[in-house]
Amino acid sequence: MSKVAVIQYPGSNCDLDALEILQKIERKGTELVWHKELKREEYDAYVLPGGFSYGDYLRAGAIAATSPSLTVVREAADKNKPVLGICNGFQILVEAGLLPGAVLRNSGLRFVCTWTRLRVETTRTPFTRLSEKGETLRIPIAHGEGRYYLDKNEVQQLEQREQIVLRYVNDQNEPSDDSNPNGSVDNIAGICNEKGNVMGLMPHPERASLPILSPDGQAYGRVIFDSMLKSLNRLSA
Amino acid sequence: MTVIQVQKPNLTNEEIRYARNKLGREPTQVEWAMLEAQWSEHCSYKSSKLLLKLLPSKGPRVLVGPGFDAGVIDIGDGWVATLHIESHNHPSAIDPYGGAATGVGGVVRDILSMGTRPIALLDPLRFGGLETSHSRWLLDNVVRGIADYGNCIGVPTVGGEVEFDPSFERNCLVDVVCLGLGRKTKLVLAEAKHPGDLVYLIGGSTGRDGIRGASFASNPLNERSESERSAVQVPDPFTKKLIIEAVLEAAEAGVIHGMKDLGGGGLSCGLSEMAAKAGTGMEIDLDLLRTREPDMEPAEIMISESQERMILIVRPVDEGRLRGILDKWEVGYSRIGQVTKNGILLIKRGQNIVAKAPARFVAEAPVIPRASRKPLYIDELARAPEPPLPQDLNETLLSLLSSPNICSRDWIYRQYDFEVGLRTILKPGQGDASVLRLPNGKTLAVTTDGNSKQAYLDPYWGTIGILSETFSNLVATGAEPVAIVDHLQYGDPGNPEVYWTFREAIRAIKDYLNAVKVPCVGGKVSFYNEDSDTKTAIKPSPVIAALGLRDSKTAKMGSAFRAEGDDLLIAGTTLPELGGSEYYERVEGLVGGPVPRVNLKNERTIMRTISGLVKAGLVESAHDVSKGGLAVGLAEMAIQGQRGFTVVIDEVPTKTDRIDRLLFSESKPRFILESKPKNTLRILRRMRAAKIKAAKIGRVQGNRLEFAQESDPLITIPLKVATESWSGALRKTMEAAA
Repeated sequence: MSKVAVIQYPGSNCDLDALEILQKIERKGTELVWHKELKREEYDAYVLPGGFSYGDYLRAGAIAATSPSLTVVREAADKNKPVLGICNGFQILVEAGLLPGAVLRNSGLRFVCTWTRLRVETTRTPFTRLSEKGETLRIPIAHGEGRYYLDKNEVQQLEQREQIVLRYVNDQNEPSDDSNPNGSVDNIAGICNEKGNVMGLMPHPERASLPILSPDGQAYGRVIFDSMLKSLNRLSA
Repeated sequence: MTVIQVQKPNLTNEEIRYARNKLGREPTQVEWAMLEAQWSEHCSYKSSKLLLKLLPSKGPRVLVGPGFDAGVIDIGDGWVATLHIESHNHPSAIDPYGGAATGVGGVVRDILSMGTRPIALLDPLRFGGLETSHSRWLLDNVVRGIADYGNCIGVPTVGGEVEFDPSFERNCLVDVVCLGLGRKTKLVLAEAKHPGDLVYLIGGSTGRDGIRGASFASNPLNERSESERSAVQVPDPFTKKLIIEAVLEAAEAGVIHGMKDLGGGGLSCGLSEMAAKAGTGMEIDLDLLRTREPDMEPAEIMISESQERMILIVRPVDEGRLRGILDKWEVGYSRIGQVTKNGILLIKRGQNIVAKAPARFVAEAPVIPRASRKPLYIDELARAPEPPLPQDLNETLLSLLSSPNICSRDWIYRQYDFEVGLRTILKPGQGDASVLRLPNGKTLAVTTDGNSKQAYLDPYWGTIGILSETFSNLVATGAEPVAIVDHLQYGDPGNPEVYWTFREAIRAIKDYLNAVKVPCVGGKVSFYNEDSDTKTAIKPSPVIAALGLRDSKTAKMGSAFRAEGDDLLIAGTTLPELGGSEYYERVEGLVGGPVPRVNLKNERTIMRTISGLVKAGLVESAHDVSKGGLAVGLAEMAIQGQRGFTVVIDEVPTKTDRIDRLLFSESKPRFILESKPKNTLRILRRMRAAKIKAAKIGRVQGNRLEFAQESDPLITIPLKVATESWSGALRKTMEAAA
């Protein structure tokens, strides 16, 4: 049995949602852990859920990034364990320096809640290995600060190192301005670190993991969690 | 500087006399301030409570009815749903962002104080015309306020409605409905039952914001209102989120014995009502409170409406556990006193007694009898002559589709997180009601509606029409309606003509609910929605929120056309009832004419039949006919499904032959159903058995909106053109102005 921690920060609000989906896959091993209770590196994987940790005061994710729980997460990342940051969790990982770049206010300056199409750009990560390169996933976003930013050279580097995991695309499966909901550079929706074991994404895969909640009855988000747990089973086997 | 100055209390002369008599002495300054807050219309319902008692409020599913923070409905398997509606009209007119945000905060606390988790919000909104920059500013900031607050606390905003009418130019209406979910065994009530229990004030500290908010909301707005910003509360959604989690953890642990949120009237209202409900008293020491400013007067503390505060009643033995939970969530708290036996509300500041009065006396304001008189305009406007037929029906339909009262609301709801919580099955824009997943496998449908244009022309039938529409919304998703809450918004109740329109609404709700056998489990009244400088009141604005239960097996039922070749059916009769219709008001510029009347005898049967058809899986998509009539209803289904249709208007069951009446009348209840051709006959047979007029009127086909009379084309509009009119209208208006 693999042990997965969903870390709960003050102001997390997708913690129970991520927990519910993960428990459908790994009933016993998934636990909700209050950030102050996370003192030892004892889980096989860590999920930082969405929400408004510390009310997004200062900058989204900035205050949670100083939580001692990040020391544990960093240690896990160094040991090649999977670390997944969703929405606010992505922002926290960026603020903590575990992922490159910055996540800025949406270009439209408004909160956006909508279903997006995402193209899988690499299957080398523990979060996309059950998916196929070029596959389209339909997963919703809901954020006011989701514009991923890096300068041009850094984006190129990211591309070369296969760190771009997901891009917003149109119904021809191509990145385009009209399919970019928040002005992210190069339509980037999700990235990973160089080793590939730490991933952050703005879309909410947990919200696309029950067929009944998806507009077209498909659970596209499950592949992220299934891949992660499959990687763990392989590690522990 | 203190905000409160010694002056004549803002109470009527009779109330002042009554207070002196009851106490047998001159009340202290603090007592006057408390009475002024608690006896405000906002807190006391003194002009409305006798009439509100007429509404049916009992039923096998009702666990808690009106008079508490929220209604509680048994939804089976040990689960309960809680439902409440609130408004924040006056604050939003002055500070739309803060007013709307704290409005959300207030209703969320009501749901929370029952020990239930808030799981969905809906926002019925009313503004003046979008031609004015003032109205656009209000809409923009109200939506931002709702979004920033609801999104942060992680409660999805799953629905709502918005109406534009010049009567709301100076008095916008910002209502918010909250739905909660909890376990029957963990319910908490707003009562302080046990003497010796401790009184805790938790959450934010007490400051000078929202001072006199309740009395501010109980007077008309005027030019000086702008300077009353200190009456508007300051939102803090992050603190609220922590309070939600802390309170639910404490309720789950069973350490909360009684709980109430602090909203209008602040501590005065919260403490007196909790004690009065249980027949107990309280002894409170104001020195134990955490205040935001050091020099606050006792009167200010007692009536401050600072946000994000709750009163918790705790047994001494549970104190440690409660503190542990609050400490974990970093929620502030103070133990401010205890529950006593003697029924007296005793407020001290250290050793000094600043107020001492029976809790019941404070909590229960004397009722004010109000005169009522039917306004002359009603009969006059009902007789307005019918306008000539429009020249170009294509243009008429496109104009309706782009009307702010009809066009797509996606500019609004995309700013709301409507997904958080993993419950939203039918999302905003997808169907007539929002449908939510429950832990017991069942699903809930929830909707809200108003129609001030019709409620103005005919307060009785206009209100019936609103109820019928909410029920139609629910049954179109296959739900069985189980409860409503109402929000009644009017001008000055001292004006007999205003009061008459209020009485008519109550009479309508009573008659409708008795006919359909569904209870009203709570509600809210908001008077003084008028501009005191011009003496103009808003149009009467009853708003209804309704809740329905769905079986686990009922399929997702949206209002978008699903497949080429499907049949289109209409259920219900179309009558010449165009008063208050969008067609009259927008296209013809006419305020008048007869409003739709519902046959109450058949109402229950129709609702059951539609819901039964959806449940049986015989229907592909369903939509009730409302604003814009049959033509707009069909167009909306076509646009949402991106499929065209052809309809022959002669087939529509009707008692009229004028084309504009057939296309644009807003007769209720009517439904458009899409069915597989093989099911059409079965559906029509069921309708006939239930004595509902119904007919097949056309089919889903091609990429045009086509209406024909006999074989002559009446309306032909390419789907793409209709889509552009409907989907871009609000966005364009709001973004061009930004």
